[in-house]
Amino acid sequence: MSSVGHLFSYIAAPGLLSSGPVRIAALVGAVVAITSGTVGVFTVTRGQSFAGHSLADVATTGGSGAFLIGLNQFWGFLVFGVGAAAFLEIIGVQRRRGRDVATGVVLGAALGVAALFLYLGSVTTSTTGASFTVLFGSIFVIAPSTVPVLVASGVIAVIVVVVLSRVLLLSSLSPDIAAARGVPVRLVGATYLMALAVSVSLAAVAIGAVLSTALLIGPAATALRVARGPERAMATSAVIGVIATWLGIILAYDSYYWPPRGHGWPVSFFIVAFVAVFYLLTYLRRPSRRGRAQAAAGPSSPRGPRGPKGPAEQAGPGERACSAAS
Amino acid sequence: MSEGAPATAVDELLRLDGIDVRLSGREILRDVRFAIRPGEFTGLIGPNGAGKTTILRVILGLQAPSSGTVILAGEPRGKSRRSRAGSLVGYVPQKLAIEPDMPLRVRDVVGLGIDGNRLGIPFPSRARRELVAGTLRAVGADGYADARVGELSGGEQQRVLIAHALISQPKLLLLDEPLANLDIRSAQGIVAVLAKLAREHQIAVLISAHDMNPLAPVMDRIVYVAAGRAAVGSADEVLRTDVLSTLYGQHVDVLHVHGRVVIVAGEDGVDPASLGPVTRQPDAVFGGGAA
Repeated sequence: MSSVGHLFSYIAAPGLLSSGPVRIAALVGAVVAITSGTVGVFTVTRGQSFAGHSLADVATTGGSGAFLIGLNQFWGFLVFGVGAAAFLEIIGVQRRRGRDVATGVVLGAALGVAALFLYLGSVTTSTTGASFTVLFGSIFVIAPSTVPVLVASGVIAVIVVVVLSRVLLLSSLSPDIAAARGVPVRLVGATYLMALAVSVSLAAVAIGAVLSTALLIGPAATALRVARGPERAMATSAVIGVIATWLGIILAYDSYYWPPRGHGWPVSFFIVAFVAVFYLLTYLRRPSRRGRAQAAAGPSSPRGPRGPKGPAEQAGPGERACSAAS
Repeated sequence: MSEGAPATAVDELLRLDGIDVRLSGREILRDVRFAIRPGEFTGLIGPNGAGKTTILRVILGLQAPSSGTVILAGEPRGKSRRSRAGSLVGYVPQKLAIEPDMPLRVRDVVGLGIDGNRLGIPFPSRARRELVAGTLRAVGADGYADARVGELSGGEQQRVLIAHALISQPKLLLLDEPLANLDIRSAQGIVAVLAKLAREHQIAVLISAHDMNPLAPVMDRIVYVAAGRAAVGSADEVLRTDVLSTLYGQHVDVLHVHGRVVIVAGEDGVDPASLGPVTRQPDAVFGGGAA
């Protein structure tokens, strides 16, 4: 830790690591980033970004409701997120683009209720920061007593997803293959949605309900562009999330000395900005790793048991054209 | 492991008996019955929408028949556990839409064929790597083991999916329209791989196709499906005007043109365009010259 602190002393404002809230933020931020990054790989792979966003919207309602009745927001996020996951499962959101309209209407209603709760909360408690912390996060004001709960939730969600990783991948590849091989596809999908709800709730605490999707999707999408193989994609995604979160925390702490002086910039802004920058950086890479794979395979690779093939079999441009046409 | 010790001399790997399938009042299959022996190469031929996919789903246990029985390796389908049947049957579904950002490399997909139905993370081991490499070699896909599946062409993806289905050493390989959308040469490559597997490893192959032309040289038998019913036999026994007319429930002509068999439904006559190797208007084309 001390060497890290030494490095940080060049880029971070003094007192960064001796600050209690910053330490908690760094710890919770790492847990949230690892959870979101790991879970997010499957969210992207399964095409469930919309589901992730839906859970975040409904969690907003829970978080604002919890604030209104004086509970910790995490419980509000969690209860409503898990409830929304169960609802999505029942109406069958597993199908891609399934039930778009019904989900959209429900989400609109949920956010409407959240607006009401936040308004009532600000009127009755005369604290104006509530809507900001619910919507955009509160990583610097996490009560130390809730840290164990947050860490435990993250650990559970990651374990669930890692244990399910193979069946999740197989059912992403083809639900029919998975089902034919005895995988209870629907139960697996439902369990995954629950882990997703937990992950979104954690991210909502850290960077806000509205922005939680960014931490869920961004690092995962970045990792999927650069990493090969599912295990590496999960690890890369988690690392990217942690880097973005920690850099965000450092800059947010620094920003107390930026204009307007005495008011730090929101940490969520920095985290989400870094996530976006990392994603955009991947577009600077060469586009085709397929070309490299083929070049590496070389001309000696046997293609098919019938002996020498014509050029069409070798390159397969016709296949590509056909599959593109269909 | 679970080779299913043949207590009795089971010379039939699979038997479908009187299979009816009705979905929300609509009759999808009626009295479909046929059997498959080990190592046999069977074409499941018929027009789109005839019920070919439903037959495959019944065999896989993904679709419960309204009546009738499926007997797989001597055991009625309903009584054996799904996973047990899963190790006996390899399945290549109809063209999958695999996104390029799917994080699975070719070797990952094939590895999922070993243990994709289990919990936890796989142990990387030399034996596992070699099994994957050997299976990829068997289907001629070892040249792109590290490429992402989503970046492959249709024909390459089919080979990978065949390797995925093959690696658990099934006795029966079911393939749903694996040749659709492939150019002729890729299709021939796939067919050659399958024929070799059937011949050398005694794996029974049941392959559905609306165009039987690329399968003609290797099919032992045809299960011809039309309007939810099936006729079974050799090409000469099935591809006859009287047999197929009964099946379709209307008059169809089985025409022999340039060494191929063209099946033309109804009284519309022959569309000259239908005589090419790939046809849309007639329901199926058969290259009968090899028979």
